[in-house]
Amino acid sequence: MTQTFEKYFVPEPSKYPIFGSIALLLFGSGAAMWLNGFKAGPWAFFLGIAVLVFMLFGWFGQVVHESEGGKYGRKVDRSFRWSMGWFIFSEVMFFAAFFGALFYARVLSVPWLATGDTVELLWQGFAGGWPTAGPDKPDPFTPMTAWGIPALNTLILLSSGATLTWAHHGLRHDKRSQLKLGLLVTILLGVLFLSLQIYEYRHAYAELNLRLDTGIYGSTFYLLTGFHGMHVTVGAIMLTVMLGRALAGHFTPDSHFGFEAAAWYWHFVDVVWLLLFVVVYLL
Amino acid sequence: MAAVMSDHAHGDHHGPTGLMRWITTTNHKDIGTMYLVFSFIMFLSGGVMALTIRAELFQPGLQVVQPEFFNQLTTMHGLVMVFGAIMPAFVGFANWQIPLMIGACDMAFARMNNWSFWLLPPAATLLIGSFFVPGGATAAGWTLYAPLSVQMGMGMDMAIFAIHIMGVSSIMGAINIVVTILNMRAPGMTMMKMPLFCWTWLITAYLLIAVMPVLAGAVTMVLTDRHFGTSFFSAAGGGDPVMYQHIFWFFGHPEVYIMILPAFGIISQIIPTFARKPLFGYASMVYATASIAILSFSVWAHHMFTTGMPAVGQLFFMYATMLIAVPTGVKVFNWVATMWRGSMTFETPMLFAVGFIFVFTMGGFTGLICAIAPIDIQVQDTYYVVAHFHYVLVAGSLFALFAGAYYWLPKWTGHMPDERIGKLHFWCSIVFFNITFFPMHFLGLAGMPRRIPDYALQFADFNMLASIGAFGFGLSQLIFLAAVVKCVRGGEKAAARAWEGAEGLEWTVPSPAPHHTFEEAPVVK
Ligand code: HEM
Ligand SMILES: [Cu+2]
Repeated sequence: MTQTFEKYFVPEPSKYPIFGSIALLLFGSGAAMWLNGFKAGPWAFFLGIAVLVFMLFGWFGQVVHESEGGKYGRKVDRSFRWSMGWFIFSEVMFFAAFFGALFYARVLSVPWLATGDTVELLWQGFAGGWPTAGPDKPDPFTPMTAWGIPALNTLILLSSGATLTWAHHGLRHDKRSQLKLGLLVTILLGVLFLSLQIYEYRHAYAELNLRLDTGIYGSTFYLLTGFHGMHVTVGAIMLTVMLGRALAGHFTPDSHFGFEAAAWYWHFVDVVWLLLFVVVYLL
Repeated sequence: MAAVMSDHAHGDHHGPTGLMRWITTTNHKDIGTMYLVFSFIMFLSGGVMALTIRAELFQPGLQVVQPEFFNQLTTMHGLVMVFGAIMPAFVGFANWQIPLMIGACDMAFARMNNWSFWLLPPAATLLIGSFFVPGGATAAGWTLYAPLSVQMGMGMDMAIFAIHIMGVSSIMGAINIVVTILNMRAPGMTMMKMPLFCWTWLITAYLLIAVMPVLAGAVTMVLTDRHFGTSFFSAAGGGDPVMYQHIFWFFGHPEVYIMILPAFGIISQIIPTFARKPLFGYASMVYATASIAILSFSVWAHHMFTTGMPAVGQLFFMYATMLIAVPTGVKVFNWVATMWRGSMTFETPMLFAVGFIFVFTMGGFTGLICAIAPIDIQVQDTYYVVAHFHYVLVAGSLFALFAGAYYWLPKWTGHMPDERIGKLHFWCSIVFFNITFFPMHFLGLAGMPRRIPDYALQFADFNMLASIGAFGFGLSQLIFLAAVVKCVRGGEKAAARAWEGAEGLEWTVPSPAPHHTFEEAPVVK
């Protein structure tokens, strides 16, 4: 009861949310039409994305503006921290669904397919084992190995985490050039990671015959690494925005939650990759 | 709604007016109202589907609809009621009440709050619009089990995207609620002084953040299995349709608690008011809610006793499920103990609350019976399960929503609800509810499967009874509409403390609550 009370910033009515809703309506209905062969599908889909991008630019632009205008006090800052933490928790649970699917398939359902009635009556000779494209997918394929690009990518992402922390130190001690350089290097490492990932996918399709439809192995491999790659992309975009803001002179040594939020996100993406590297590539 | 608008207008409201006001608003009360109106519209839409189902089941044979359409109706009835009616209604209550109860000026993220709401109409458009596309809506059941959901037509894709959008809405809404509760409490409002409604919502929001992404993952896998050649749920490719059920119910069981915990919160506000005694065992209520939430992650396979599981798995899930009944029982005993020797009066909110305790508890008991694996193997996918979950969802969640609506309408509109209409609504609802759903226990035990448009002759009498009850129940809900409209339009003026025994910050502000409240945080002693 001793704390003094500051007025909490409540934004004025805003037109951005409704644009976001229109965007997702176009996006969802566009995707559904596209997948079912309607000509209007891709149009609505891409229009939805365009509106979404417009909305995100405007909305976050306004947030940045309000933040730089000094409207957010300590309490708003605390709200942002909590919310980013919970948001990352929700992302963890999203990945948990796919990791859970991988676990279930490897540990339970594939061995079950190779035992009992299933193997005797349905798919004789199916040996189970991992990796597998399933009992009914005769197309041979070569699984991914860990000690090539994936290991290199692990190294890249880990170092990008370090360079980002280095940039953060720069920001905290008001060494702006260290901040900018650190951010730039981090983004470049992220882009390098993504390029190698794309190269790896092409290699998998062209030479390993490892595709999205390569049974359960291909399904889990591509969805896990694919969603991770999408998150790296989002993280890199966030960091690019932060670099832009750093160049524009935003952030002070003791108030820079935008930067920290992006950094938290980046570290989260890092940790997911480590888990991925172990359970998708190594084991 | 017109009166609500003008009531608000003489607060110090400025900014856009007319439709634009509702589209752009960042005010938690406006947004709460929109959630409530939206959920009621969805409730009526889902109700029409239910009555069509019951019309078909009035007699054996096929009279009203084709089997394909019947399956679409059962599916969409479930999806619309769960995601369109019950969940948004509770979020509406959270929006209105949480800031008022903890002494905050608004929700922590007012703009995001607007988006959370305005994502719902697009999602509902996709969901309900799917009836009108080639092949119609998805008919895979609200649980969207693979492989059926992998084989459906375009309606399934629309349902998937609708679920994604509603998931985004729920996650944002939940984060908003968690942060509001953790960060926006007035000075002196410690966690253990918080009204129980806030506690139950805090824990519900945690569940939402934890499991909505898992549902998103599940339907994404269905989507890629449908269109991009993956084999998550196809044994031929090494996947497993049963895996879908595991992922779905990992979401699904916590989801049923998402729909009941805020109801527990509402009941825990109302009983003390009309018993004129503080809630018995406040701390134990908080701990019971938390343990229900934690346990709810480890019971999901009780929905899968017949889909195949090792015996140890069955035993584990059976005992874990029965364990959940313990904290649930703690709550029921606490409510009863709160009423014990209280000076009770039975205004409409209290009637619904007491009705809730009776009928919800029956649903809890049938839940326990379903939890017993050897019994459940007999009753899974029969009308017994339908009876169980309607006892907990209709007589539980929905009755609590009605109780809460009558309880807080004075705060929202400035007028007392008409007791005569409210009581009529209550008695019609509870009588017709039991006429509708009680016979379903017998039907289920006699072996009538759920989700079928036609049935053997020996089930005819109970089905006819259930259908009559259903139409009565459906019509009774128009009484609720009348009660709300009348209350918005006028009626006895409500005092700031509208109910004699009511405690809490929300009763310290005038009725109707002005557009902005607690801009200066109150100090709680
Ligand atoms: C004492 C507490 C409870 C227990 C022990 C319990 C147990 C169960 C069990 C074992 C089933 C599976 C039956 C089957 O499919 O064979 C079930 C189904 C269900 N329960 Fe409960 N339950 C409880 C409370 C609740 C509550 C509070 C709600 C929601 C408000 C709820 C909603 C449902 C729903 C929706 C289903 C059916 C889902 C479906 O198959 O479509 N239950 N319950
Ligand atoms: Cu359950």
